[in-house]
Amino acid sequence: MIPPAFEYTRPTSVEDAVRTLAERGEDAKVLAGGQSLLPLLRMRLAFPELVVDVGRIPGLRGVREEGDALVIGALTSHHDVIADPLVRRHAGLLAAAAATVADPAIRHRGTLGGSLAHADPGGDLPAVALALDAELVAAGPGGRRSVPAREFFVDFLQTALRPDELLVEVRIPKTGDHDGWGFHYEKYSRVAQAWAMVGVAALVRREDGHIAEARIGLTNMGSTPLRAFAAEEALAGVGPDGVARAAQSAAEGTRPASDPAASAEYRAQLARVLTRRSVLAAAGMG
Amino acid sequence: MSERTGEREVGRSRPRKEDARLVTGQTNWTDNIGVTGLLHLSILRSPMAHARIERVDVSPALQRPGVVAAFTGRDLAEGLASLPCAWPVTEDIVLPDHPAVAVDEVRYAGDPVAVVVARDRYTAADALEAIEVDYEPLPPVLDLEAALADDASLVHADKGTNRCYVWPLATGESYETVRERADVVLHRRYHQQRLIPNAMEPRSVVVTPLAASGEYTVYSATQIPHVLRVMLSMVTGVPEHKLRVVAPDVGGGFGSKLQVYGEEVIALDLARRLGRPVKWTESRSEGFLATHHGRGQIQDIEVAATAEGRLLGLKVDLLADMGAYLMLVTPGIPILGAFMYPAIYKMDAYEFTCTGVFTTRTPTDAYRGAGRPEATYAIERIMDELAVEVGLDPVELRRRNWIGHEEFPYTSIAGLTYDSGNYEAATDKALALFGYDELRAEQAKRNESGDSVRLGIGVSTYTEMCGLAPSRVLRDLRYGAGGWEAASIRMLPTGKVEVVTGTSPHGQGHETCWSQIAADVLGVPFEDVEVVHGDTRSAPQGMDTYGSRSLVVGGAAVHHAAEKVVEKARKVAAHLLEADERDLDFADGVFSVKGSPEERRTIQEVAFETFSSHDLPDGMEPTINAEHLLDPENFSYPHGTHLCAVEIDTETGRTSIRSYVCVDDVGKVVNPVIVEGQVHGGLAQGIAQALYEEAVYDDEGNLVSGTMADYLVPGAPDLPEFTTDRTETPATSNPLGVKGVGEAGTIASTPAVVNAIVDALRPLGVHDVRMPCSPGRIWEALRSAQSDRSGWEGAERS
Repeated sequence: MIPPAFEYTRPTSVEDAVRTLAERGEDAKVLAGGQSLLPLLRMRLAFPELVVDVGRIPGLRGVREEGDALVIGALTSHHDVIADPLVRRHAGLLAAAAATVADPAIRHRGTLGGSLAHADPGGDLPAVALALDAELVAAGPGGRRSVPAREFFVDFLQTALRPDELLVEVRIPKTGDHDGWGFHYEKYSRVAQAWAMVGVAALVRREDGHIAEARIGLTNMGSTPLRAFAAEEALAGVGPDGVARAAQSAAEGTRPASDPAASAEYRAQLARVLTRRSVLAAAGMG
Repeated sequence: MSERTGEREVGRSRPRKEDARLVTGQTNWTDNIGVTGLLHLSILRSPMAHARIERVDVSPALQRPGVVAAFTGRDLAEGLASLPCAWPVTEDIVLPDHPAVAVDEVRYAGDPVAVVVARDRYTAADALEAIEVDYEPLPPVLDLEAALADDASLVHADKGTNRCYVWPLATGESYETVRERADVVLHRRYHQQRLIPNAMEPRSVVVTPLAASGEYTVYSATQIPHVLRVMLSMVTGVPEHKLRVVAPDVGGGFGSKLQVYGEEVIALDLARRLGRPVKWTESRSEGFLATHHGRGQIQDIEVAATAEGRLLGLKVDLLADMGAYLMLVTPGIPILGAFMYPAIYKMDAYEFTCTGVFTTRTPTDAYRGAGRPEATYAIERIMDELAVEVGLDPVELRRRNWIGHEEFPYTSIAGLTYDSGNYEAATDKALALFGYDELRAEQAKRNESGDSVRLGIGVSTYTEMCGLAPSRVLRDLRYGAGGWEAASIRMLPTGKVEVVTGTSPHGQGHETCWSQIAADVLGVPFEDVEVVHGDTRSAPQGMDTYGSRSLVVGGAAVHHAAEKVVEKARKVAAHLLEADERDLDFADGVFSVKGSPEERRTIQEVAFETFSSHDLPDGMEPTINAEHLLDPENFSYPHGTHLCAVEIDTETGRTSIRSYVCVDDVGKVVNPVIVEGQVHGGLAQGIAQALYEEAVYDDEGNLVSGTMADYLVPGAPDLPEFTTDRTETPATSNPLGVKGVGEAGTIASTPAVVNAIVDALRPLGVHDVRMPCSPGRIWEALRSAQSDRSGWEGAERS
């Protein structure tokens, strides 16, 4: 497992990194925690001429509050996300899902920004970013812009990031327990450390024993992470007895792959069953 | 000098001597070996399952800085014989030529096409991309049945057939006759998926030449340094006495390193051509393609029985996937299973046929259990089906058919003489530990209530054959070598002991166990024994480690050699004590004169006296060292009862193992904690076949499950808590009473799990699930059972 030869640079600021990316365009690839890029390099599935290691740029790590939102630096590791008290309080869904990522070694190296920018629909965090209505902040030659998660994931391993842009932070509207929000990430994988065959991120606001609002992110049900809008609509206003029926529409509009791990039909079945379970758990109705 | 504590070593749970250096990494794995001037070998492999090689041009690779040499298959063919197959199971077996690097045709994705040698491994890997190859695609041969059709595309066109061999066995009465008088005849077809062995340490080889004297040292991550030396000499023409083969610490094998690989041959040949040391280490994904695979069979099995469930006859018809070439023991693997289908049961007729079939896939060969897991799976699955058919509890059905403990020694219908066993005792113990009746009651309740999570109970009562093998039996099976094992013991002047063994451990803990055995016989402290292995210079004789043979044959050889040492030492001691040999007692390492225990010599003192040789008996050679080569008279037959309870979520098809109980009878136990470890690892691997692992190929013959992300090896979080226990019926075929334990868990567990799954699903109309029983497959099976319940094959009743 020996990667092809590549140039390597380690910029010390966001501006530096963006300048390099602007110069080298498609020939460059950003390296953060390396948990996705390094395997691709070693298997010779990616051939960048230049690897831009942003891992030591200061200021891209950590979590802060800004009004109604949490702002998480792109280089914050999964481990730090899971352990962060602000995340646990205001974005518990993210902490819960990050805790299911691979194994401890990978959670210490892998980063939130890297996972989102890699945009693998089988990764756990893209669907969670969708469910949380996160905003992804990109730095480019012209400054910073904010991209809603719904517009960020374009296709398999493709995002709205331009070749000269670097994902620097993730803004997440608070969804705390005190506002009636409940959450659950239901991950279904064959063995403990495998990718999700299907995953369902459920974020639910309760009012008077009913579901007032539900947001459902689906992992691995298409070439991008998806929202289960039909199910969300059907869930609005239902009580415990209505969840099962509403969850029946969880696979509507999805286009899951058929591969040796699972057929598309089976994935659709999982999406329905796991949505029901995830929503019931999120709403405390299980 | 350290003293014996008096406690017997055999039977103690000694922590393993070898672990300190293994778990801290303070050892030399083959890939850690560095020598001055080392060159690195990389191998270009076929991206296609089957193609004619129209052109190979390695010259662009040679242009790259740092590349020392590059060769095509044609370049290397000269001077190298075909890779060896040591087990041509029939006289008329089709034995294709197997060049280490393909010459005219590639026959599996991963077949070597060209090689590069460079100053470092990065340069070597990059240079492969510069090699130009033109392939003319040929049709892949993937389906075992289609491969036997008259108009099938051929893997080896020059052989005119994909049928490698047909190996029949028929014993007892005629099967057709007993079938006629049977009340029930049940036929089933089972599929043994291909498995990828996945030893923790990938394969690796380093060859260092001593050009001036024409000597070569081959370091290889192998299970079989001794066999490898003989075979490498035969394939390369390097004289055997100029070859030294070393198996340094080896990180697992599971049979995959019981092999003579092309890479070992190439590395030796290149070291000879270039006069420089050469190293090759496979990457994991390269190993998925190029290290031999296991299993790969279609099993047609039929039982004929009375209405009361008594077995009358058994008929087995196998198609066995050889892959593209015959490697060291490829054809013999299913034949090892031939003797195990009748298992622990009595019957009147047995008929077996195995047809070996060539396909354009990675060659198959030994994988933990090697033939016996396949046999045990098929017979234990169909015994459960028969129990349903005749309306008996599956345990009761087995009771009606197994060999009673009072009937041993018992010659099975397949001709093996089971020397000892007690199936009743193991089963009763397992049932009690499992809470069988309570679980059955719970199952009935849940079935009645229509619970969406179903409970299933699986039984597997197995036996197997270990201690390979009596050499005369191997002759009858047309195996190319013997089955003996060697041990020698050197008594050092300071009283320390070297045990030299011909076994070649790669994770089993031989250093610990052989020390325990020798310490007991010699009466020396455990810590004073060192075990020497895995180097043909220091341990020159051996048949190596595979097939749960090491303790039964190699450990027993250590015992015999130690006894010879004691007998020689007794002569010296008697002389020194001026007593008759018959008047000496020997206990805890001390010779003493009967009746006057103060007249004594320790065995260590005797060792020193022998070293000085100042006062030895007349005519005695000045040594008490001894050697023993043991050729076993019989196999050994571990057995046991495994019980598995699964819960199946019918909405998702997921199987969770709720409890797993096994009671194994592996005879006397040298080191209980090592036995426990072997059972746990074996269970994990057997469960992995039932639930997780499969080498998947697409229609073009590409390996789709070619990485650890696609090929699911379960880890500790995926496995249940195991309840393990033992009964102890000593083997009578060796002085230690041991039977072997390396494969038992793997052999027994696969059918226990699948029987449990089918038991859970049967009320829902599912009568079989193909392995691995993935959630997707179970869900599909449930769905099609709902829509059509007529799909399964019922029994014929007369």
